[in-house]
Amino acid sequence: MKWFNSKLSVVALLLVMASSALFAASEVLTFDSDELRERYSELTFQLRCPKCQNQNVADSNAPISEDIRQKTYEMLHQGYSNQEIIDFMVDRYTEFVIYKPQMSMVTIWLWIVPALVLLTGLTFLFRMTRSNSRNDEQSLTDDEKAQLKSLLEDKS
Amino acid sequence: MKSKVIFVVPLAIVAALFAVFGYALVAGIDPKAVPSALTGESLPEFKLSSLQNEKQFMVRSDITGEPMLVNIWATWCGSCKYEHPVLNSLAANGVKIIGINYKDDRALALKWLDEYADPYAVDIYDPNGDLGFDLGVTGAPETFFVDSEGNVQYRFQGPITDKLWQEKLKAIYDEMV
Repeated sequence: MKWFNSKLSVVALLLVMASSALFAASEVLTFDSDELRERYSELTFQLRCPKCQNQNVADSNAPISEDIRQKTYEMLHQGYSNQEIIDFMVDRYTEFVIYKPQMSMVTIWLWIVPALVLLTGLTFLFRMTRSNSRNDEQSLTDDEKAQLKSLLEDKS
Repeated sequence: MKSKVIFVVPLAIVAALFAVFGYALVAGIDPKAVPSALTGESLPEFKLSSLQNEKQFMVRSDITGEPMLVNIWATWCGSCKYEHPVLNSLAANGVKIIGINYKDDRALALKWLDEYADPYAVDIYDPNGDLGFDLGVTGAPETFFVDSEGNVQYRFQGPITDKLWQEKLKAIYDEMV
């Protein structure tokens, strides 16, 4: 029985290896340089599959993602820059196709608003702590302070 | 009193967020909808062979000049079969439809047109999906409404049905004519 189990696990392992080898063989890419390979994985990671729910093209098996990967690969080897490739995709598939928004008159708010909110928050915080510390000194008269002290001592 | 107003501000912001999210839920906004980059733009240039004659190449100027529908279809596409009779009846009513056979096999496509009738004024064969890519196609069927100047007025994803045509798409088409 033990012998059978180990044999079975070897078969299972072989099967798993064979299937992963097959899967990898469906899209084997060779790059002219490591730099291109790196840019390829960076771009396909950033580009969003237009047919899927929230998946990048590197991760997606949708036919359209295959096309986008293929086009990215070709354009990289034709010497296009990352920005040119992104613009090419956006021209066809709109801003939907990129995860990282491009800076424009509309999207500039994505950078401005958080900074503004942080600044206003800090201003309010600063003002409130300052006025609070001033209140503390003024709010209790000497009588009240004595009363407070006696109350606290009673409790303990 | 003034400091009280400050505490209302975050509440107002949260209320505004709820209003936005609530609107998105109630209005049924489709998160899968991809806007078309081509709306209002010129139909891209292409050079592809005719489906019926592989030696005859066609370019953009061969099909533009009249208002038309440009329909992306394929034999592997299930909902194209569902859409096909609707296209047939539209063509019979004088709507000019250009058929782009997308990532398909020529023989299979010709057999399909033979069996289910050919509603297309011109049949273009795009086996690698090159024109499809330039059109921003994500799948089949997709239909582009192109005016007489060759500008895309509207892009529709999915199969056209009689109901959809009557309720929505006919008005878009009539505006171009």
